This record gives sequence, C-alpha cells and structure tokens, in this order.
Amino acid sequence: MISDFLNPSYLAGFLTLVLIYGVFAIGLNVHWGYTGIFNFGVAGFFAVGAYTSAIITKQPASGAYMTYIGGLHLPYVFGLLGAGLACAVLAFIIGIPTLRLREDYLAIASIGVAETLRRVFINEMWLVNGTRGMIGIPQPLHGLVDTADYKYVYLAIAAAILLVVYVAVERGIRSPWGRVLRAIREDEITAAASGKNIFAFKMQAFVLGAFIMGIGGAMYASYVRAITPDTFVPMFGTFLIWVMLIVGGSGNNKGAILGALAVWLIWDRTGALVSNAQDVRIFYVRNLLIGVLVVAVLLLRPKGIWGEEKRVSVYAGKEPERRKPKEVEEAAEPLTSAVSTEEEADDSSRAT
Amino acid sequence: MAQLIVIGLIMSSIIALGAIGLTLIYGILKFANFAHGDLMTVGAYIAFLTFTGGGHIGPLSFGYGMILAMLAAMLVVGAMSVLIDRLVYRPLRRRNAGLVILAMASLGMAIIVRSLVYLGWGPDQRFYSSGLQYAHQFPLGIALKPDQMFIGATALVSVVSVYLLLYRTKLGKAMRATADNMELAKVAGIDTERVVIATWAIGGSLAGLAGVLLGIQSHLMPEMGFIFILPLFAASILGGVGSPHGALVGALVVGISQEVSTEWISPAYKPAIAFILLFAILLVRPRGIFGVKV
Repeated sequence: MISDFLNPSYLAGFLTLVLIYGVFAIGLNVHWGYTGIFNFGVAGFFAVGAYTSAIITKQPASGAYMTYIGGLHLPYVFGLLGAGLACAVLAFIIGIPTLRLREDYLAIASIGVAETLRRVFINEMWLVNGTRGMIGIPQPLHGLVDTADYKYVYLAIAAAILLVVYVAVERGIRSPWGRVLRAIREDEITAAASGKNIFAFKMQAFVLGAFIMGIGGAMYASYVRAITPDTFVPMFGTFLIWVMLIVGGSGNNKGAILGALAVWLIWDRTGALVSNAQDVRIFYVRNLLIGVLVVAVLLLRPKGIWGEEKRVSVYAGKEPERRKPKEVEEAAEPLTSAVSTEEEADDSSRAT
Repeated sequence: MAQLIVIGLIMSSIIALGAIGLTLIYGILKFANFAHGDLMTVGAYIAFLTFTGGGHIGPLSFGYGMILAMLAAMLVVGAMSVLIDRLVYRPLRRRNAGLVILAMASLGMAIIVRSLVYLGWGPDQRFYSSGLQYAHQFPLGIALKPDQMFIGATALVSVVSVYLLLYRTKLGKAMRATADNMELAKVAGIDTERVVIATWAIGGSLAGLAGVLLGIQSHLMPEMGFIFILPLFAASILGGVGSPHGALVGALVVGISQEVSTEWISPAYKPAIAFILLFAILLVRPRGIFGVKV
C-alpha cells in the first residue's frame, strides 16, 4: 500500500494534487474558516476556474470534435489570473442576494449555482465542448525538460503558487482587515455595532476566496490536461475540499494544507485499493469512508487536527496557546479523548 | 401546454411531500437538512426491496404489494431519521453547534446514505415493474397514466393527513409552537425533545413516501434524491421556511415551472429552473411567500 510512494514519479504526482487541493482548502478557509461564509458550491468555482484557464491557454478550436469559445493561446500566468478573475466575478454576482441573508441560504444558492453551471457545461456544446470535454490543455514550461521529467517541474510550479497564496492569505488574515473578518464570523451584530460594513467585508472575503479557488481550478486543469463536466460533481469538487478543511482544522491555513494531505492520502490509497476490484460497488466504499470521516470529526473533534490559533495578530506576541498545535500533533492518536472540553464546545457554537 | 401543467402537478405532489418534511425540520431545528433528498432515495429502495408483486390493482402497474412496500418505506425512513438525529444531530445540538455545523453533518450523512445505497444496489437504474402502460386521454390533449393518477391521489391524501395532524391535534399544535419559538414552547411545558422526534418521524416518512412515488413516476437510481434537493429547497424557501402550506404552494410553483419550461428549453435544465426561482425569491423576498423572518 505504501510501496507506490517509493516511486518518485508517483510521489510527485501525488504531491502536486495535494498542493492543488491545498490551494482550494485555503480558498475555502478564507470563506468558511475566517469569515463564516458557507460556500457549498466549491465545485462551481473549481469548474469555472479550470475551464477559463483552458480557453485562455489553448489554441482556437479546430477539428470536428472540438468546439469551444476563446482559444487565446496565452501563457499559463494569464490562465491563472483569468481563472481567478472569472471566479471573482461569479462570486460577486452570487454574493449580492445571498451575503445579506442567513448563512445557510448562501449554501443552498451556491450548491444551485454549481449544479446549474455543470448542466450548462454539459449541454452547451459550443461553450466548452460539452461532455467530450477539453483535452490537451497546455502546461507551462513544457519544453524545458524531458516529458518524463515534467512532473517535477509542475510540482515546483504548484509549490510556488501555493506558497504565494499561503503567504498572501496569512498576511491578510493577520492584518486589521483579517481581524474584522474573524469578528464578523464570531458575532456579526457586534462587528456592525463597531462601525464595520458587514456586507462589504463579507463580499471582499467571498471574492478573494473565489479568486483563490479559480487559481486552484487553473492549476488542476493544466495538471490533468483533460477536463470534462464529470470532474466537477459535488462529491469530488465540493465535498472532498470541505472534508479537507474540516479534518485539517478550519481557521488555520496550515491545518487546511495538512487536511489536504491527510484526506488526499486516504482518497488516493483507498482508490488504489479498490481500483482492481471486480465489483464496481466497492468503489463507493471510499465515498462512505469520507462521509463517516467528516461526521466523526464534527462529533468528536470539531476543531480538526490543527485547530485555529486563538490570537493571530503579529503584534499580540507569543502566548501559551501558540504551542498547542505541537501538543496536538504529538497526541495525535487519542482522537476520542479530546471530546467536548469546554473550550471546544465554545468554539463550535460560533456560527449561530 | 395543458399536458405539461398536469405532469407538473404530478411532480409538484412529489416535491410537496419532500418539501413539507424539509420545511418542518428546517423550521423546528433551524438547519438545512441536505440529506433530505437522500432519505427519499432510501425510501424508494426500501420499497424496491420489500415489493413483491401481488397482481395488479385495476389498471395500475402494481398490486397491493406496493401499498405494503410504501408503508415499509415510510416506517424505515421515519425510524432511520429519528436514529440519525439521536446519533448525530442531537449530540451536536447539545453542544450548541451552529446551524452550519449541523448542515455540514447532514451533508456528511447524505454522502453516507447514498454510498450505502450504491453499495447495496449498484449504480444501475431499477424499475418497480416493467411493461408499458396505456395513458388515458382527457380533454385538452391531456394524457395520464393510471400510475400517475395514483401518485397524485396518494400525495393528496398524505398532504391532507399532515395538515390535519398539524392543525387538529395536540402534537401538531406543539410542533407549530416549537417551530415558532423553542424556548417559549419549553417554558409552556411542551416536551420539545418529543416534538423533535415526532418531526423527524413525520418528515422522514414523508420523504420515504416521496421517494417511492418518484420511483413509480420514473425509475430508481442512487442519485435520484440528491438531484431532487434543489427543487425541495426551492419549494421550502419559496413558500417560507417552516410553513407547511408555504411548502405546498412552493412545490406547485416549482413543479409546474420545471415542466412548463421544457416547452422552450432543454429538459436537462429542469433543476436550473428550480434554482433560478430560488435565486429570484432570495433577491426579492427572502422570507418567502408565507415566511415571517429570515
């Protein structure tokens, strides 16, 4: 089961996907972890990001089985930024009616957007080639090394992008702006009473998180090189990313990346385990496992593996709680013993 | 067009059964149960498991066995909903977990339930009975199969029963009071935990029944309920969360709009119609038609 990872090429592919999912998890963390925006339509942003970058970086459509708009044949960087911008615009439009309402309305609306977009991608052949999908999405710096070694180049690119996203979000969150977001998450009324424009701050966070998800979509498109509407089903496009954030620890970017690693490890290994099974039904055991995992974490360890730090301001200085993540890591195995200490109960009540 | 409206009415009756349960749970427990569609799926498959032919009732494609299978589906899904509440949602409620955590847990439950259906029956489509049914011709070019009339009648009977339960019994009064204000209901001596159990039992069994009817109308597949979640939410929010007659009106609007839309656009966009209605109502009147607050 572990032996696959001894193969450096396999390991590089695995880690690239972890890094891409890390970007998504950080994007969702900006929404949910920091601001309390309940986005259940991650798959929609995932799809829009991936398709936008595909039509920006690919050459114009040609041949009988290829019809799509755009085909601008621009460099990868434009694909990344274009994908981010497209998602930012989408978030802005969804945000107008929903960000003023209770959190769960946004969840329902965003799940609706994601499903509607998927149907548009399936049925509108002229847009992005329908169910035949987009294939041959260009990869950056492809001519640099031998094709067999390209995996390592893309791994480095993915790592660099994740690093930029991580540093940018960390800076934002540790700034006064980030503290307002957390204040809104904890108690909107108090934040409003302090003179903060709740709607504006929520919109900024929603747009920023969506921009990051768009970048993630673009990274994914260029990594797998072929995308179809089936890539963006809710289980894979939305739920898996939520599980990563919840398992890793929402409100903590390091936790988000750790969650991406942990959950993708489970997903990848269970996939390898069932891939040569005779009965196709075995495949659904991994979905079951992921579902059980998220319910168990919510019940037994609501903070996730690496929960949120109590104070994030760079000016607040070091305080004892900063050491907590390490203790948690060392005591990783007694998951159940940490049930509902008062502090945790306190923390999970925040969204009401 | 008349035909589309009538088919829309049949679909509305199925949506209504699901949406009434959803809106009751939403109103009383204040959280969006994303597993509600998958409860419908379970109902459909429980009926598939227990249905054993039994001849034909009149022109229907099934016999008394289906009535028993329906009751079994209602019973199992109702009990399952109560059980899930005891195991998952109640511990979260006790910890004062927010509505988002509860909704997230319900999405987890949705995945678990759907995976179990996949594991039990596989991804293929299933049918309760095979064979073609002749449609009865009515004026205005309306053609209806006996099975579809059965669906409409069953849904109507169930909706009337729920209405009587809510507005003519003490339990119904307690449920409405709890939905209105749980703290006040507690103070007034209402056993709110009992109300919660009753809500899950009723909502769950209605979802189970809705699943069976959906299976009769088309076919069974593990994603059937999840695809239905958008129309369900659209109907509940359109009518006003927590309001059963609102859900009924919402279901009519959503069900008929979805069918009539196929006159102009591809049927593949039916769920998108539900979503557009939802988006529009959130923009204009987020509390819904009969709702009081958001």
